[in-house]
This record gives sequence, C-alpha cells and structure tokens, in this order.
Amino acid sequence: MTATASAAQDTATRIYHHETEHTHPEGSSTLLGFWIYLMSDCLIFAVLFATYGVLGGNYAAGPAPKDLFELPLVALNTSMLLLSSITYGFAVIAMQNRNRKSTQTWLLITALFGLAFISIELFEFSELIHEGATPQRSAFLSSFFTLVGTHGLHVTFGIVWIFTLVTQIAKHGLVEANRRRLMCLSMFWHFLDVVWIGVFTFVYLMGMLR
Amino acid sequence: MMNHQQTSFLLGRLGLDSLPLHEPILVATFSVVALGGIAVFGAITYFRLWGYLWREWFTTVDHKRIGIMYMILGIIMLLRGFADAIMMRLQQAIAFGGSDGYLPAHHYDQVFTAHGVIMIFFVAMPVVTGLMNYVVPLQIGARDVSFPFLNNFSFWMTTAGAVLVMMSLFIGEFARTGWLAYPPLSNIAYSPDVGVDYYIWALQIAGVGTLLSGVNLICTIIKMRAPGMKMMQMPVFTWTALCTNVLIVAAFPVLTAVMVLLSLDRYVGTNFFTNDFGGNPMMYVNLIWIWGHPEVYILILPMFGVFSEVTSTFCGKRLFGYTSMVYATIVITILSYLVWLHHFFTMGSGASVNSFFGITTMIISIPTGAKMFNWLFTMYKGRIRYDLPMMWTVAFMLTFVIGGMSGVMLAVPPADFSLHNSLFLIAHFHNVIIGGVLFGLFAAINFWYPKAFGYKLDPFWGKISFWCWVIGFYLAFMPLYVLGLMGVTRRMRVFDDPSLQIWFVIAGIGAAVIAVGIGAFLVQLVVSYMKREQLRDTTGDPWDARTLEWATSSPPPDYNFAFTPVVHDLDAWWDMKQHGYKRPLTGYKPIHMPKNTGAGIILAGLSLVTGFALIWYIWWLAALGFISLLAVAIGHTFNYKRDFHIPAEEVEKTENERTRILAAQG
Amino acid sequence: MSAEEHVMDAPRDSHGDSHGDPHGDHHDTAPAHATLGGYMKGFILSVILTAIPFYLVMTGTLDNHTTVGIVMAMAVVQIVVHMIYFLHMDARSEGGWNLLSLIFTIIVVAITLAGSLWVMYHLNVNMMPQHDMSQLP
Repeated sequence: MTATASAAQDTATRIYHHETEHTHPEGSSTLLGFWIYLMSDCLIFAVLFATYGVLGGNYAAGPAPKDLFELPLVALNTSMLLLSSITYGFAVIAMQNRNRKSTQTWLLITALFGLAFISIELFEFSELIHEGATPQRSAFLSSFFTLVGTHGLHVTFGIVWIFTLVTQIAKHGLVEANRRRLMCLSMFWHFLDVVWIGVFTFVYLMGMLR
Repeated sequence: MMNHQQTSFLLGRLGLDSLPLHEPILVATFSVVALGGIAVFGAITYFRLWGYLWREWFTTVDHKRIGIMYMILGIIMLLRGFADAIMMRLQQAIAFGGSDGYLPAHHYDQVFTAHGVIMIFFVAMPVVTGLMNYVVPLQIGARDVSFPFLNNFSFWMTTAGAVLVMMSLFIGEFARTGWLAYPPLSNIAYSPDVGVDYYIWALQIAGVGTLLSGVNLICTIIKMRAPGMKMMQMPVFTWTALCTNVLIVAAFPVLTAVMVLLSLDRYVGTNFFTNDFGGNPMMYVNLIWIWGHPEVYILILPMFGVFSEVTSTFCGKRLFGYTSMVYATIVITILSYLVWLHHFFTMGSGASVNSFFGITTMIISIPTGAKMFNWLFTMYKGRIRYDLPMMWTVAFMLTFVIGGMSGVMLAVPPADFSLHNSLFLIAHFHNVIIGGVLFGLFAAINFWYPKAFGYKLDPFWGKISFWCWVIGFYLAFMPLYVLGLMGVTRRMRVFDDPSLQIWFVIAGIGAAVIAVGIGAFLVQLVVSYMKREQLRDTTGDPWDARTLEWATSSPPPDYNFAFTPVVHDLDAWWDMKQHGYKRPLTGYKPIHMPKNTGAGIILAGLSLVTGFALIWYIWWLAALGFISLLAVAIGHTFNYKRDFHIPAEEVEKTENERTRILAAQG
Repeated sequence: MSAEEHVMDAPRDSHGDSHGDPHGDHHDTAPAHATLGGYMKGFILSVILTAIPFYLVMTGTLDNHTTVGIVMAMAVVQIVVHMIYFLHMDARSEGGWNLLSLIFTIIVVAITLAGSLWVMYHLNVNMMPQHDMSQLP
C-alpha cells in the first residue's frame, strides 16, 4: 500500500524535507491578497461604469449633464483627491524611515483632504437633489448617483480606516503588521484615485461634451 | 415606491400575517423541522457538547474542519433543494386533464425559485468550496490557507445566507421570480413582498463569503506551495482550484453590483431596471449572465480536477496530457467570459451579436472535449480499479458528454429560438450539473472521506446510491429532452395536453429513484460510521494514490505536515513512494499555528440580523446591526495576538503515535 | 514569541513561483520602495494630465471630436502614471502575479464594458419602444 520496495539508493539524491524548516511567515500573502481583492473591487466599478455607459443617456425628459455638472467644483474635488494621494505617499516615506509621528501626521492630513473631497461631493449631491435631479428622476441620474456615490462610500471607508490605523500605530508603533496595513491602505487609496480618473473623465468631462 | 403593507417602527412590515399558518404543507414542514431541531439541540445540550462544538468547530480556523462544515452545509441544503424537486415533479405529473394539482401557483413559483437558488448557491457552491478548502492546502504541502480567519468568516457568511433562505419558508415567503430574479417581475412594483428581498440579501451575504474565499485560495496556491513545487508540478485538482477561484474573484463582484442595483430600485426607487424613466430591464439580464456563465464553470472546473485525480489514481497511471489539461483549464477560464449572451439569444440582439456568441460557445466546448480524451487515454492500458470514485467518474464521462452535446445544440441560435426556456434547456443543464457536479461530488466524497475521517465509506450502500442516482437521473431527465423538443415550456404548473403526461410520470419515477439514491447515501454514512473499525484506514493512503494529501495520516494532524515536504516532481507522493521515502522520526520543531476565533461567526450573525432587518423594513434594527458589524470588524483588527505554537513535544507525540500505528499494521 | 518578531521586514517578493530557500527567508529589498522623487514625478504628471482635459472642456478650445480623443488618451496615460508612480506596479512584484492579475482584470473589465455596450446597443435598437417622454402629461 505504501512505499514500493525500490531504489533505496535513490533516496540519497532526493531530499524530501529540510531539518530547519522554512515556514511561510505571517503576513506573506497579505499584500497579494489585498491586491487581488482590489481587482475584484475594480470589477464592481466596471459594472457601474457599464451601467452608466448604457443608461447614462436616458434622461427621461429630465435634466442632462449639461444642465447639472459644475466643472469648477469637480476640478476642486479632483485636486483634493490628488493632493491626498501625494500626502499618503509622504506617509509611506515616513513609514519607511520608521518615523512614527510623521507617518501619523501625513495620514491625518490625507484624511483631511479625503474629508474635503467627501464634503464637496455631498454638497454637490444636495444641490442636485434640491434642483429636482434626484436619483429617482431618471436612469441617467440613478447611474450617476450610484457610480459616484459608490466611489464616495469607498473613500469614506478609507477615511475610517485611516483613523483606525493612526490609532493602531499609536498603540503598537510601526510594527510589521501595521506597516503591512499601511501598504494595503496605500493600494486602496491610490486605487480610488485611479477610479476617480475614470469618473471625472467619463462622467463629468464626457458628459459636458455629449 | 414602497409596498402597501402595514409597517410599524418596531417590527417594520413583520406581523402575524407573515407566518404561513394557512398553508398546510408549510405548517407540516415547520412541525417536522421544529421537532427535529429541538431533538438535535436537546441532544447537544444533554451530551454537553456546546463547548466542544464552539471550541473545535464553530471557531476553528483549520481548513480541514471548515471544509467539512461546508460539505455538511451543502448536503443538508441538498435535502431541502431536492424536496423542492420532488414537489415539482409530483405537481407536474398529476396536473393534467383539468386537475390543478396540489400546489397553488403562489407556492409553486416559490418552489422552483428556491430549488434553483438553493442548488446553485447553497449546495453546489458550498461543496465545491468545501472540497477545495479541504484538499488544496494538503495537496500543495501547506499547513493551512493564506488567511485562516477569513476562511472561517467566509464559511459563516455562506451559512448565514442559507439560514435566510430557510427562514423564508416560515417567516414571510420567498421570491417567485425564478432563480435569477429578472426584472421587471423582481421590481418593487410587481414583487412588493419580502420574497425578492430575502433572495437579494441571502445572495449578497453569501456572496461576500464566496468572494473572500476566492481571494484566499488564490493566495494560498500562489504563495503557500511546498518548496520545489513549480506551477507545472501542482496536482491537477489544485490547478482547477486556482482557475475556479480566479473565476470567483472575477465574476462574483458582478453579481454583487447587480444585486445592489436591484436593491436600489426596490428600496430607494431608482430606475435601473424599471420600465419607465429610462430604465432597461434587459441590462439586468445582460449583467447577471456576465456573472452567470463563469458561475457554471466555477461549479464544474473543480469537479474536472476531481475526475483527473480519481482517474490517475484508480488506473495506476500518471494522468495523460498534464500540460494540455492545464492549458485547457486556463482556456476555459478565459473563454467563459466570452459566451454569456447564449443565455438570452432570444432577447433580440440580432444576428451579428448572436452569431458571435454562438461561435464562441461552440469553441468553448473544445477544451472540455480535450479533457475527456485525456481521461480516456489515462484509462487506456491502465490497471483500472472500479472502486466507487472510479464508478462515479465513468458515469460522469458518459452523462456529461450527452449534456455537453445538447449544449452545443443550444449554442446554435436558430435552434435555441425553439429550445430556449423549454424543458430541453432544463434537461441540458441538469444533465451537465448532475452528471458533472453531483457525480463529481460523490466521487470526491468517496475518494477523500477516508482521508478526512480515517475510515472508508461502505461500498455496498455506496453502490446502491450510485445505481439509483444514475438510473434515476436518466429516468428523470431524458423525458425532459423529449418534452422540450415537443415544445413544452419550463416552470409550467398545469398542462392541457394529456399525451404529455406519460413523460412527466416517467420523470417523476426517476425523481423517486434518485430519492432512494439519496437515502442510500445517508444510510452509507451511518453504516460506515457504525462499521468504522472494519473500514478503518491506518496507512493514510488507502487507494495507493499520487498526491501529497495521501502522505499524511488519516485524518491528518492539525498541522498537516510535521515537516513541510520538498517536492521534486509531478505526483509528489507517488514520487516519494517510488524513491523509498521514509518518514522522519526525529528532529521535530514547534509549529506556528493560527488561533481559533469567534469573530467570524459573530460577524456573520450580525450580517444575518442586518439582512433580516432590511428584508422586513425594520430600519432601527438594520442600522444597529450595520453599526455593530462595523464596530466588531474594526475591533477585531485591534487583535494582534492571533497565533500560537504547537510545542515540539506535542508534535513528537502525535508523530510517534502514527509511527506506532503504521508499524502495527506492518 | 509573538508573530511580529518572526516576520521579515518589509513586503518582499517571496517564493511566488517555485523553489523556496529552506534556510531562512531570502528577501529582496522591498519592491514597493517609495521615493520622494517618484511621488513628486507622479504628482506633477497627474496634475498636468488632469488640468489639460479640464481646460479643454471648460473652454471648448478645440472641436468636440479632438477634445474627446485627447481627454480619453490623457485619462489612460494618467492611470498608467498612477500605476507606476503611486502603486509601484512592475513586473517583479509578487513574482509577476500583481501584473498578471492586473492584466487579467483589465481584460475582463474591457469585455464587460465593450460587451455590454455592444449588446445593449443592439438590444435597444431592436427591442426598445419609441416613446417620447416629453409627450407625457
């Protein structure tokens, strides 16, 4: 049933285990795992973009992008997000230099830019709703609010995560686990900026060009 | 926008009228379930097993135990899904010549919806996930998956989804839309009741579990392989698991997003899939099938892997054409994204679109054909042992090919215009799912059961189950091909044409034979347990198999391998046996293991409560549930001490015990 | 003996493909090594690639077709800039699996977008009723 009584001399040439074991250290899969999760998140946005692409022209005799979008506001928003990307970068550099205080400071500044982004977006949404351009008004508006809103929800979650991580760095310092988390959040944050490029291009800019 | 039922702040739209007290079938079912539940809970309490269950099973992060729990969930839900099938067969067999049958439309529509939802999401997905969970880490020489806590959480989220579906039996009702819940029927205007909401939240919650499981297994296969195991030396089951999990990660987000859009339409009044204000229900059909087609490959690819392992083991030969098997699997993975429109040829996209997808659909049958040939060539000049796993494999090969051929027929758009949504379609997909997924499940269970539990399954009852399933399947579904070709539509409750009845009666008999087969399987489990000493496997390798999981004891220790194996070739365990491998008997080291945790079951429980509250419009509870979810999830991230070490002495003790057993059976 | 003390330093490209080193983990320097220069380059490029499209659309300097082309092209370039300078995407990280999964995702996204637009266009042409909602009461 088990080992065939064969070439015993062959065993000398084949090692089937090592004395000092090389284990897979904790956290060795985390960055790849988070990246793959981000790829799945990408697909959620792909569906929302596809939906916007298909239904975005259905104004149902209601307001169209040209009636609603204020590009200066969107430009301001975009700059908030872009600035937050660079400040997160500074946080990562501070982490590499093992500078705890600096890391936390840049993280909080990032969160502030993120909050600015969200506030401007909420202001924009409330203006639209005020004007009667509600998500229920047309398929175009349903897909607009859902796509942009989902992105905003992700950013909000990222901000909550920043505060959580700042607390955890305060508690444990820049230990390996926290450095990993910082890199995961870095991927998340920059990924959201990538999605925003898609949003401001295909929703706002193209909307004004239709 | 909302429905017209009474709503209160405290209970939303939940009320006494939500209980189906006026439906005798449900009252009877509830009584049986309640009595059975009380008996089980009572027994657990009486034998003081709650502590054991919590410590050893509910909070486990061990991939083997989680795999077993997935299988148990799948098999229990198989019984529920099959009950729905029997109910449908019975109704369709008798509802002729003016008879209305015994199942009113309101109930019948829920039965066929629940049957599909349960079989796909809560039987097939859990068993496939369970198998991959159990086997893959062992096959690659790892100690666990990449993210053991996430694994536990994924399992409980799937279970929470199943619980929601089961609850819909007794509190409120289920969807009456078919298993994919197409709008506009699934919109709030035409389905204002809780049924579609149960459907949405059950799928969303279970979907989170499935997606995370996908990420987990991809990372495990990429990062945790034993030293020396190159990609092209992985067992075929691991390859199919990798491709399956890639499909999961790439497809399930689409389902999640579509369900979000549908729930926005229902809860908030958006206009994605409505008939007016710019909505387009056809977009739902398009998107849901972009998920739906990869989903069926998610179900079948792992089973192709099972058949590969079984064939090579029971023919005593290396699998024929390993490289082409791997490439065929990869090609299927990619092509499965290019065929989805064949599910709605008749929706009206026109000749150019239909032709494109018809051609891609026919192309995708080619790699599967290649696999069939590889299995046949493996059998050719092999020393075939017809143990149960091999019997199931041969049955699969015959049955699946028939189903595949009917699929190629459906791939031709003009033919599909006659056959779409007819019983021919039903026959086709049951043919491939039962022939492929289910036969694969039983092959896998009979194959790996000794590994998991230390004793083989009783062959006598296994063979009864086998023959009942095979004969029953053909009796139940071949008539449906005939009926479909004669033009009979799916999901019909009552029929006018008496000449059709004989076919439905034959199908009903087939279902009864399958029921015997299921019963025989359950008996097999019980009898095997009772006869476990006679069926005991002390070697760890009862089938003289080829891959690394068979290098461990049966069942394996918690840590799987005392020393991580070093791999030199494909079929690593076979290679070790050929070279006179001897288990190391000294030099054990402490082994680093993750700790158990209750966070998974708690988070899933909170998701269940939140989902239930959203279904019934109990907004305060939904908010509370959601906030608690966030709090517990964030709180869990503050736990930095999630591991421990098994001391070297304990490893030594376990390994010495195995040495003793191996020596004793000489 | 907590987990933190065992683990290696920064994220590294471990044995993603084949043979591991049994005598302790060999790790390269962190592939995702961020530098100030890298971030600043990425930032400035992104600002330019954002400002130009906004300027073109807000002022209407060029004709529609050209503007659309430039705006889309710059979006694609900016995404690549983000990938390289902010996300440190390269063919080496995680043994090439990062890049491979990104390419696969891009393909699936492209199929989803292009496929949906193509299919829905045909469905709409063939199947959607022509009613003019501006005629509704």
